[in-house]
Amino acid sequence: MPIFASKTECDDQLRQRIKEISGQEFQKCFQCGTCSGSCPMKEHINVFPRRVMALLQLGQKKALEEANTPWICAACHVCLVRCPRSIDIPRVMEAIRQVKLRENLDQVDPRQIEKEKIAELPQIAMVAGLRKFTS
Amino acid sequence: MKVSYYPGCTLKTHGKGLESSALACLEKLGITVEELPRWNCCGAVYSLADDDLIHMVAPVRDLVRAKEQGNEILLTLCAMCYNTLARANALMKNDPEKRKTINWFMDEELDYAGEIKVVHFLDFLRDYVGWDKLKEKVTNPLKGLKAAPYYGCTLLRPKEAGIDRFDNPSIFQDCLRALGAEAVDFDMSTQCCGTYQVLGNPEASLKVSFDILKNASEFGAEALVLACPLCDYNLGKRQGEMKNKLGLANDMPVYYFTQLMALALGVPEAECHFELNREISLGFLKERNFLKASA
Repeated sequence: MPIFASKTECDDQLRQRIKEISGQEFQKCFQCGTCSGSCPMKEHINVFPRRVMALLQLGQKKALEEANTPWICAACHVCLVRCPRSIDIPRVMEAIRQVKLRENLDQVDPRQIEKEKIAELPQIAMVAGLRKFTS
Repeated sequence: MKVSYYPGCTLKTHGKGLESSALACLEKLGITVEELPRWNCCGAVYSLADDDLIHMVAPVRDLVRAKEQGNEILLTLCAMCYNTLARANALMKNDPEKRKTINWFMDEELDYAGEIKVVHFLDFLRDYVGWDKLKEKVTNPLKGLKAAPYYGCTLLRPKEAGIDRFDNPSIFQDCLRALGAEAVDFDMSTQCCGTYQVLGNPEASLKVSFDILKNASEFGAEALVLACPLCDYNLGKRQGEMKNKLGLANDMPVYYFTQLMALALGVPEAECHFELNREISLGFLKERNFLKASA
């Protein structure tokens, strides 16, 4: 699928913000696709990590917002250890999440989690999940 | 030898089997363990946002407690706590600017600069006990047990927190072999189980966990052995759901490596808290006679 981008659509502010929060030079990505091939969640994401990086490089805010990738990312760090450009992709995903979460747009409502589930889940699942999905 | 010990929240409840069996093994190995006083939750995941230092306060506070205790090593059992504490430790050691900010913010605490060594029980066994010494202590070798070691993510990645090579690790296999078991190598031993996605996208984490179990059994594993209570939940406790939704053919017993180690070292079965595993896990050990001498 081609990416259609124009200068007017490029959101430079978003690019700067992601760079600031992630501390990563995502412009270094040369689109090899090793991250996409390695991602354990590739069956469940609608935009592969390689493409997320391309969209970021082009500042495509709308397309990035439609990607579920940062929310399915489990921060397993396989893409990081295999990236030939040493880009910490989990940090880039975190930054994309943070931009949303800092607008108070939580992805999980703790009040909606069933009581039985809370009792059954190990604490690390609750703590980690709420840290990733709520502000 | 004396070490400081950080348990973490889950090891006092759902993961009791991991803690209690590990402490019993450490006693058998002659290691004195001092639990940190006033420890707090480490935060379960390491903060990945560059501007988010507030989430470093929790793990660093635990590291300060360890420094106060005066031991060189802080031992961890839960793989997620290990990862979080080890990375916070690396940050305090290697990033002078952030170190300064965090130390200033926590001005009621001792200054901390990464003086403690954070280790996981597995690399502790390799580096401070040794596989030969562990082997010597085995009284009930787990002969004929085909166990697949599941590393998951947090013991190996990222590099600065890895206890072994991230692409071709062997530490878990070495440990199982020392206990007399047969370590089954399988393709997905370092693939993510979906971790906290059980909260946000439970179906996705169910599927990736299912794939891992299927892969392990294709490679001939009879049991899966792991070091993390969340992996245990995804790969062990959700097998019923996998049967209903994804057609998992056979249950696979799942154990903490410390539970099997305890059996091999002759620790009483009660210390393993098998009642917290799925029933099939205890059934399998009985059937294969691995409980005989440890009762």
